[in-house]
Amino acid sequence: MLRIDIEKCIGCGECEEVCSFGAITIVDDKARVDEESCTLCGTCVDTCPEGALSIEKEGAEELDLSSWKGVWVVSEIKNGLFSPVTFELLGKARELADARNVPLTAILMGYGLRDKADELISRGADRVIVVDSKRLSDFIDDAYARVLAHLAKKEMPEIIIAGATATGRAFIPQVATILETGLTADCTGLEIDKESGQLLQTRPAFGGNLMATIICDTRRPQMATVRPHVLKALEPDTSRKGEIVDFEPPSELLDSRIKVVESVTEEQKGPGLTETEIVVTAGRGLEKKENLKLVEELARCLDGAVGATRAITDAGWISHSHQVGQTGVTVSPRLYVACGVSGAIQHLVGMQGSEIIVAINKDKDAPIFDIATYGIVGDVKEILPILSKKICKERGLD
Amino acid sequence: MPEDKVMNIVVCIKQVPDAESVKWDHKTGTLIRDGVKSVINPFDYHAIEAALTLKDELGAKVTAVTMGPPQAEEAIREAMSMGVDEGVVVSDRAFAGSDTLATTYTLSRAIKRLGDVHAVFCGKQAIDGDTAQVGPGLAVRLGIPCVTYVSEMEVINGGKGLRLKRLKEDGFDMVEVDFPVLVTTLSTLNTPRVPSLKAKMKAKRAKIPVWTAGDIGADKKRIGLNGSPTKVHSTYIPKFEAKREFLEGSPEEQVDALIKRLKEAGVI
Ligand SMILES: Cc1cc2nc3c(=O)[nH]c(=O)nc-3n(C[C@H](O)[C@H](O)[C@H](O)COP(=O)(O)OP(=O)(O)OC[C@H]3O[C@@H](n4cnc5c(N)ncnc54)[C@H](O)[C@@H]3O)c2cc1C
Ligand SMILES: Cc1cc2nc3c(=O)[nH]c(=O)nc-3n(C[C@H](O)[C@H](O)[C@H](O)COP(=O)(O)OP(=O)(O)OC[C@H]3O[C@@H](n4cnc5c(N)ncnc54)[C@H](O)[C@@H]3O)c2cc1C
Ligand code: SF4
Ligand code: SF4
Repeated sequence: MLRIDIEKCIGCGECEEVCSFGAITIVDDKARVDEESCTLCGTCVDTCPEGALSIEKEGAEELDLSSWKGVWVVSEIKNGLFSPVTFELLGKARELADARNVPLTAILMGYGLRDKADELISRGADRVIVVDSKRLSDFIDDAYARVLAHLAKKEMPEIIIAGATATGRAFIPQVATILETGLTADCTGLEIDKESGQLLQTRPAFGGNLMATIICDTRRPQMATVRPHVLKALEPDTSRKGEIVDFEPPSELLDSRIKVVESVTEEQKGPGLTETEIVVTAGRGLEKKENLKLVEELARCLDGAVGATRAITDAGWISHSHQVGQTGVTVSPRLYVACGVSGAIQHLVGMQGSEIIVAINKDKDAPIFDIATYGIVGDVKEILPILSKKICKERGLD
Repeated sequence: MPEDKVMNIVVCIKQVPDAESVKWDHKTGTLIRDGVKSVINPFDYHAIEAALTLKDELGAKVTAVTMGPPQAEEAIREAMSMGVDEGVVVSDRAFAGSDTLATTYTLSRAIKRLGDVHAVFCGKQAIDGDTAQVGPGLAVRLGIPCVTYVSEMEVINGGKGLRLKRLKEDGFDMVEVDFPVLVTTLSTLNTPRVPSLKAKMKAKRAKIPVWTAGDIGADKKRIGLNGSPTKVHSTYIPKFEAKREFLEGSPEEQVDALIKRLKEAGVI
């Protein structure tokens, strides 16, 4: 339970403020916790300037962690190519492995991929374990999970990281459950704590409103899924040397009741939303569906992708796959142009990492301007055609 | 799965803080709380609807399960007012501090107590913890396959299985799987139904059982804080910092000023 050291507590109220469950109140200048509403989430503990708060574990199992060594990256293939997140993970994992002074291993699972192993070495891996089987040619959650868990039990890495993609978020939680270890979802930052050697895993929660740093100090491996586009990949270095190991999984691990009957790669018009450097987003301020073409035209001139707010995907102006935000995709392009977007928090959390944010809105008090680098107060119907024309001219397009 | 028994469907729902009652001020990095109201996790309505659709088509008993404080009973009543037959609140001080590993253990113990299940539905993710890990983890604990991010569902094999459209990064897969299976639902899967008056009345009167750690035979080492390897080390409320330069003048001048700055920054 949450313990409050009344001697130390100065009644500053910091803890009351951060608790999103309303479990702390200040009574007579001392913090008091309502045990019924406290979820022991731990958020308040670190915010107390006096160190008056602590959460005690009673009777948790102590396990020997010292035999777990090495850092693993789970690679991901999309359309026959590595997903960019694989290289981003390797870049970060290289740092982590060096900080821990242990080798970095990349796991490559699938079918007919063996000749791709070198690419993983050129991006930072010391070793690649290839699991190549015809029965892994389709993504099947439980088969993938059992194979990876089997390998991890055998080799005992201290850290396993994977992309927080649709497939990573589907099977990595299964792996962590089989291994009975902790998994931090959707991380945006990973660091080795210099003193303890633990992996500090930073992630957004409450729809991006709160950032939490999570540790897993009682079990191994420490596992995390990491958001695409937040870490930096290393430049490929083909002179790097590494070892490639084949692993043949016991066939019963590959048995699954899930049958993939069709696998469809959806064609994208123009560059993909999460892959491009430029996103132009349409909001309800465009007023009607026909005006969407103003945004599409600007995106074309900038060679960027079209994003959308939920207001207009719900209205059916454009498909859900374009939606940016809490219930859509997260983007962090170099340039984000928000056209007629009010700037609701659920939208902001999906694009706040963009380098330059341009907002065009007729209401100068719209919240989007709070995070904008450049703001234009005006009518999108008027501004967009001028902007498109001038940018096309600038870039020598028609 | 015994053939003759009525089909058993479980839907997992979570109570979360109402997004309207908890607000974050990202200029000052503080939390503004206006009472704390709890609501059903928005994605879980689609899980409820999916369970009810299956019930309509195949005939089944649908049970809603939630782990949370005693007041999570409200969530169960709301689910029942949509047409869910029964519900259970799994509640014990000993569950507090659960991460997803402990949550899936606890939920699996409760679900096993309900007997053999044919299908379990979970929302895509909860809007507070946001991990999307409970569904896949729970499937492992129950020893059944899991299909995540489902946007279309169809009954096949004469009612013995499902064909599901599941979202992937670059498109989708159509998969087929026989019961039992765990499915996590996207909001595009369906439109949740409006509660009926009759079901509302029934929900109001229903006695909702509360199961403690003892009731589900939970191992003390595997629940709550003890069973949770992840712990929150520190937190902060992110501040959004921006240059906030308004570009002045006529539309032409505003556009010119913008293009100049974008060129300087090297983005065009
Ligand atoms: C659980 C939950 C999840 C959500 N997830 C998402 C999500 O993932 N992504 C998302 O985007 N939203 C999400 N939302 C919805 C979000 O809260 C907002 O409702 C939505 O982002 C608003 O979209 P908008 O900015 O297009 O529309 P509005 O809020 O209606 O804003 C329109 C803006 O356009 C301006 N405007 C009007 N006319 C003009 C004109 N002629 N020229 C210039 N400006 C003009 C107005 O001043 C206004 O600021 C979510 C909500 C909830 C509750
Ligand atoms: C700031 C913060 C950060 C956290 N980070 C992590 C983390 O990185 N890793 C981790 O393991 N835990 C983490 N937790 C703990 C986690 O939020 C809880 O374990 C929670 O009980 C379940 O996770 P979720 O909210 O992410 O649910 P999700 O996995 O996102 O929920 C998916 C679905 O599972 C079902 N479900 C979830 N919870 C319940 C429930 N209690 N009862 C019934 N059905 C349910 C619902 O159908 C829901 O739609 C964090 C908590 C906080 C407050
Ligand atoms: S933050 Fe610490 S000192 Fe301040 S009121 Fe809370 S317990 Fe007391
Ligand atoms: S542990 Fe979490 S729920 Fe409990 S008082 Fe602290 S912040 Fe509130």
